[in-house]
Amino acid sequence: MKPAYFLTHLKKDLQLEWRSKDAINSMLFFALLVVVLFSLAFDPTRAVSRQIAGGILCVATMFAAVSALNQAWARELRNQVLDALRMTPAPGASLFLGKTLANFLFVTVVELVLAPVFVMFYNLHALGNAWLLLLVLPLGTWALMVNGVFFAALSIRTRNRELLLPLILFPIFIPALLGMVMSATAILTGEGDAVMWIKLLGAYDVIFTTVCLMLFEVILHAE
Amino acid sequence: MTSIIAEFDEVSKLYGTFAALRKVSVQFERGRCYLVLGPNGAGKSTLLRTLAGLLKPSYGKVRVFGDGGEAEEPMEARERIGYMSHATMLYDEFSGVENLRYFASLYRGRDCVAPEEALRRVGLDPALERPVGQYSQGMKQRASLARVLISRPELLLLDEPFSNMDIASAHQMLRLLETFRSEQRTILLTTHQRELAEPLADYVLTLDAGAVASLEEGPYAKRGGLGLAAATAGAAR
Repeated sequence: MKPAYFLTHLKKDLQLEWRSKDAINSMLFFALLVVVLFSLAFDPTRAVSRQIAGGILCVATMFAAVSALNQAWARELRNQVLDALRMTPAPGASLFLGKTLANFLFVTVVELVLAPVFVMFYNLHALGNAWLLLLVLPLGTWALMVNGVFFAALSIRTRNRELLLPLILFPIFIPALLGMVMSATAILTGEGDAVMWIKLLGAYDVIFTTVCLMLFEVILHAE
Repeated sequence: MTSIIAEFDEVSKLYGTFAALRKVSVQFERGRCYLVLGPNGAGKSTLLRTLAGLLKPSYGKVRVFGDGGEAEEPMEARERIGYMSHATMLYDEFSGVENLRYFASLYRGRDCVAPEEALRRVGLDPALERPVGQYSQGMKQRASLARVLISRPELLLLDEPFSNMDIASAHQMLRLLETFRSEQRTILLTTHQRELAEPLADYVLTLDAGAVASLEEGPYAKRGGLGLAAATAGAAR
């Protein structure tokens, strides 16, 4: 796969999002709402916050990301652009990788905005190595995006695709979600082995990225 | 000697139990223009999409570019085929030239027409900054044809290229298609506006209920290959 093709697709997706800001706006609004509502509903103490914050952050990101993933291929479906892309010599894997990285960047932007709000509302102070969160969030986000973009492509020809995507995606994402939550909780509470969970996340990312890249060409040209 | 650029051999295409194509066997010669006619649901679009490699036949074989060596399946030779559908196949949010630059960059290393030149050839201003979503239907059709042109395809498949076009734009597109044929490119076009496209046709292929109803010599071939200008002059007399 030539990197030039991948960069072309990535640039296109970033340009399209820059003009509409559809994905980022919808994700940001949804994630902020979840974080604020949970904070108001439970009014957690500092100790409880450390226990539940990792889970809330991951689940908020996950649900927010699904709203964007449902639209990940919408622009390609409209006007049959996907057919035009299928007819070019550019490999399908580059299209997949470009779209995955673009969506990864959109979710990362949302997480960057969400993080200070999260710390403020949940009165968080990590007792473990806080810098490890810089590994946990990108690895977990990539796991979500690589599967999300793949399964969104798989479900584009189905009628109930907005329902189907979370139904397929969430069970597959459970090991990564577990890795994300457990490592984040370990970092925030200072208890448990965060590194082991981060390794699991890394392995999950490598395996699923490889499998998705190998299978995407088949998905792209399926009728 | 005529060379065969594409060939359908007993091709059937099923959607569930519905047969969109039924045992279609037909050969297309290089450098000819084929007008594909038939009522709605006759299988015109399915024929073109199968030839473009976007659909796989349920039965039978489709072979393309066998005249230059070993015949390939359309899927393997899709970069040599240009396909224009009912839809624009362009991003609504990008301008015409942005769309074409994007597609041209996906044909990296190939001898492509410059996006600006492709737009000029179809009569669009490359400096137009308006997104394609705000174009008129006729402009969208032209931008769509420009996208097909950038890769210099040997086989052009045009599904309803004149729909929503005013008569002047349609004639401009016809003249453009005539220049493609003079460059030895093969054109297959479907339309419901038979009288408009017929002067360009070497052959008229009529489909009915997914089967070939007839394949007749078209007016262009009968005129001995004289162009549209001759047809127009003839009509005036």
